[in-house]
Amino acid sequence: MNSPRESPDPRPATRAPLLGLAWRESRSTRRKLLLYMSSISLGVAALVAIDSFAGNVTRSVREQSRALVGGDVVFSVRNGWTPTTDSLLDEFKARGAVITKQTAFASMAYAPRTNATRLAQVRAVGEAYPLYGTITTRPAGEWARLHEGRNVLLDPSLMIGLDARVGDTVSLGYQSFEIIGSLDQVPGDPGMAAAMAPRLFMSEKYMADTKLLITGSRGEYDAYAKLSSGSPDEMVKSLQTRLDTAQLRARTIRQQESNITEDITDMSNFLGLVGIIALLLGGVGVASGVNAWVMRKIDTVAILRCLGATTRQVMTIYISQAVVMGLLGAAIGAALGIGIQFLLPGVIGDVLPVDVSVRPEPRAIGMGMLLGLWIALAFALRPLIALRRVSPLQALRRSDDGSPARKWWRDPPRVIVNLLVALSVIGLAATRAEDLQETFAFSGGIAGSLAVLAASAALLSFTARRALRGGWPYVVRQGVANLYRPGNQTRSVVLSLGFGAFLVTTLYLVQSNLLATFTRAEFNARGNVVFFDIQEDQVKGIDSIVAGQQRDYAARVPIVTMRVASINGHSVQELMGDTTRRESPWALRREYRSTYRSEVSGTEKILKGKWFGEQPTPPGGVPQVSLETEVANAMRVSLGDTITWNVQGVEVRTVVTSTREVNWQRFELNFFAVFEPVALEQAPKTFAALVMAPDDSAVAMLQRDVVRHYPNVASLDLSLVRRTVAEISNRATTAIRFLAIFSLAMAVPVLFSAVSATRRDRVREGVLLKTLGATRRQITRIMFSEYALLGVLGSLAGMILSFGGAWLLLRYVFERPFEPAFLEAVTIAGLLMLLTVSIGLLAGRDVFKETPMAALRDT
Amino acid sequence: MLVAQGLTKEFDSGSHHLTVLRDVSFTIPQGTFVAIVGPSGSGKTTLLGLLAGLDTPTRGRVLLDDADLTAMTEDERAKLRGQKVGFVFQSFQLIPTLNALENVQVPLELRGDSGASHRATELLQRVGLGDRLDHLPSQLSGGEQQRVAIARAFSNRPGILFADEPTGNLDGATGTRIVELLEELNRESGTTIVLVTHDLTLARRAQRLIRLADGLVVEDTNGSGVGGRGSRETATQPAGALGE
Repeated sequence: MNSPRESPDPRPATRAPLLGLAWRESRSTRRKLLLYMSSISLGVAALVAIDSFAGNVTRSVREQSRALVGGDVVFSVRNGWTPTTDSLLDEFKARGAVITKQTAFASMAYAPRTNATRLAQVRAVGEAYPLYGTITTRPAGEWARLHEGRNVLLDPSLMIGLDARVGDTVSLGYQSFEIIGSLDQVPGDPGMAAAMAPRLFMSEKYMADTKLLITGSRGEYDAYAKLSSGSPDEMVKSLQTRLDTAQLRARTIRQQESNITEDITDMSNFLGLVGIIALLLGGVGVASGVNAWVMRKIDTVAILRCLGATTRQVMTIYISQAVVMGLLGAAIGAALGIGIQFLLPGVIGDVLPVDVSVRPEPRAIGMGMLLGLWIALAFALRPLIALRRVSPLQALRRSDDGSPARKWWRDPPRVIVNLLVALSVIGLAATRAEDLQETFAFSGGIAGSLAVLAASAALLSFTARRALRGGWPYVVRQGVANLYRPGNQTRSVVLSLGFGAFLVTTLYLVQSNLLATFTRAEFNARGNVVFFDIQEDQVKGIDSIVAGQQRDYAARVPIVTMRVASINGHSVQELMGDTTRRESPWALRREYRSTYRSEVSGTEKILKGKWFGEQPTPPGGVPQVSLETEVANAMRVSLGDTITWNVQGVEVRTVVTSTREVNWQRFELNFFAVFEPVALEQAPKTFAALVMAPDDSAVAMLQRDVVRHYPNVASLDLSLVRRTVAEISNRATTAIRFLAIFSLAMAVPVLFSAVSATRRDRVREGVLLKTLGATRRQITRIMFSEYALLGVLGSLAGMILSFGGAWLLLRYVFERPFEPAFLEAVTIAGLLMLLTVSIGLLAGRDVFKETPMAALRDT
Repeated sequence: MLVAQGLTKEFDSGSHHLTVLRDVSFTIPQGTFVAIVGPSGSGKTTLLGLLAGLDTPTRGRVLLDDADLTAMTEDERAKLRGQKVGFVFQSFQLIPTLNALENVQVPLELRGDSGASHRATELLQRVGLGDRLDHLPSQLSGGEQQRVAIARAFSNRPGILFADEPTGNLDGATGTRIVELLEELNRESGTTIVLVTHDLTLARRAQRLIRLADGLVVEDTNGSGVGGRGSRETATQPAGALGE
């Protein structure tokens, strides 16, 4: 052997040998470390799936935008085309644009052969429609014949609803048409829209013959332009002043695209919160698990220190192991996310306006993996940096080396790492939040929850120590004592379990409350069929039909269309142009369909002021109006303010004397503005009526008779609406259940990490007890006592926190009422508790497999 | 050369103040085989820790080839250990996830030595384990593990080797073989060997014996032998202050 004087000069170890050493050293613990690091996999999966799918949809929108929008520019008018608007369109044509029009309105379709009626969304289109994309039909090729005569094409659901077939006649208003086929693919419309408003396409040449678009009827008048050259935005900008004067609204393809993609981004940001929450939960799991893993490495680190390893070399070895396993965990999550992404079109494809072509989105995958790896490492660093302080002396003696542990705030590296974790949480929240306030609210909520859970864990330990009684059975005493003695797992399990319970239950409560809002709509109100667009001279006739079939009106109300002209003497143009004012544009610009009556209806409650029925306006006075409370807020009007309305050309001045809360969920005839009768009795009006018919065939008979006599009168069967809503809410319930199960699944690896953290100690202890004479049953009961207490406290603490979290989210973010779903929350808490006990007992089963000798040799 | 000057080590344990080593001083020339003996609690392991730079004294200093260990940072001491110090522990302290060859390579890899594998193979052959290179510690007997540990201790050609009760977990015959191996390596390489033991029979094989009791050096033969070979005697003074 060479003499010591011939030792070669030392040189620093290159990274490669260290990484090789790191890889070899990780041999027996790789799987464990991978298990701990894969706590973040589900979070990565959620983020990759959501962001990739959003990317797919955005890309599809861009690729199909022209077909989606219908043209390079879409022009819209409120009340039909005028010579002024037509001449502006002619200017576009003069610049080389091809223009085609579409008029859309609701109407009853009546099939004489089957005597069936259905409400349809009629689309009267020009010959060049569609300018982009193709409409396919069954039989094929029938779209080309649409303008050849009085032909119509129907949505399949409308064909079924009318029980009609190709060749049948269908009446629209006062005109009959031939059904030449059904629609197969129509660019730009989500499939689900057809369920609520099935479409009927006809040629615009015959629209006037139907006599459907008369005073008071609602229609949408659009013109689509395909430009031969030039930028649509520039072309519109050059004519903007004239467009505004003519009240011709123009939306370019770029504006439409950005509206749609903005909605998609908003949706993915919201759903991405699920992924963020899953990642954070995963981070907690990583911290617990890596802590356990680090404890097992102390001996090896001490040996390495004896053999000459510096702090940097030690940290390189173990951080590189964490990086590799973190990468693998993130990769597993990404692969899972890609798989989910491919399933999503099947689940929600028919509520999207485009056909989505699904393919991996590298950016979303990369970002998901990067975030996952970052969070895993940030949380893993906390226990890892403890390895810096392992003394080589521990190779000589296993016990503590005698130097007192520094508090974390006195140890700069630990301060830095804790700051890193805090900043990572804030950074994660910022990737999805709308603004700084939301970011800090989210981060503050997380920090607050963790603090409460840590305090709960300390309280449990404290209480366990104080509550322990000598008279209790030994197995219970041992289990309870495990909660507070040195090396206990109380904090890590309560934190992991409680945090998991908090997040899972909050998610579930928010989703179920939102869904409850949707399904609480009361369709059984006082009537089940609505008629609207009843002209004034048709009222008596309809009364006879209703009476003739021995039905009763639940309500019949006049409807007057109007717009806001001015508020407190300031015109709408003035108010819209003043950027210092805070009135909402929608409240000022929209068309109101208002009514007049002397009584408050059953779906309203006066919030402020007095109902005009109590103090009618004296003759010659300013008539009163009652506003729905949200509209009043949007208009920024208070009691005593005056609003002048443009009622089809005539100005009517009113004073606001009350505001109402309206129960919009009662599906009845509700209104934003209700006038004192004297204000509108003389105005042109139509009527709407709500009638109760005992069953479906009575509804059908009523609808049929009305539409036969008065083809312009539209009607809606509320039971059909109810069924459609039920179908939508069933889908939403399925989605919620999937999310709930996914959320619970997130908790599993995290809990496993937390419980596994002290598995080795538990096993050794259990084996020692076995050696000393404890039976399998006794050891199981000891473990059960401990895990049951941990499970109960952790899940209860999380559940209580979740009520607060859900209430805050619903109140301030979704602006919805909160109803605590106790049964569901307790069920989730119970499930998590069972999970904890199961994982604990599962982890401890090695006690029964190992022989005492093997375990003692290991000490 | 290893010099201990006025080494004192004190601990605070709860409300008690304990002095484990009191003003220990000696010099160990290069190439010497020294045994440090004493009963349980005499401070042997504490002294070993200080001499090897694993710990720092409350007062006094340790000079290893004129380098003052007590004035160095932990990382500086680690680097020095990697260059000049070897260790053999009572419980072998092999890294359980590395095989015999890899365990012996560790000090060389930490120094960035590119010939680590070749050197490690050589050493294992020297200690008679040339055919067990790829065996994990769990697949080796106690004596074989200790031989791997010795090979590792010599891998960086240390100037000094510290052995803490190297035969404590071995039976008599195996232990004897281990010590004989240490002696051979000491003669071949000129490495100073500092052996801590409570076994006087083992200790008598050394050239010099330093006896500790109650944190003080009570005997230092400084080259002359002590007692005779034969029965296995252990130092059995009553346990004193905290030591091991």
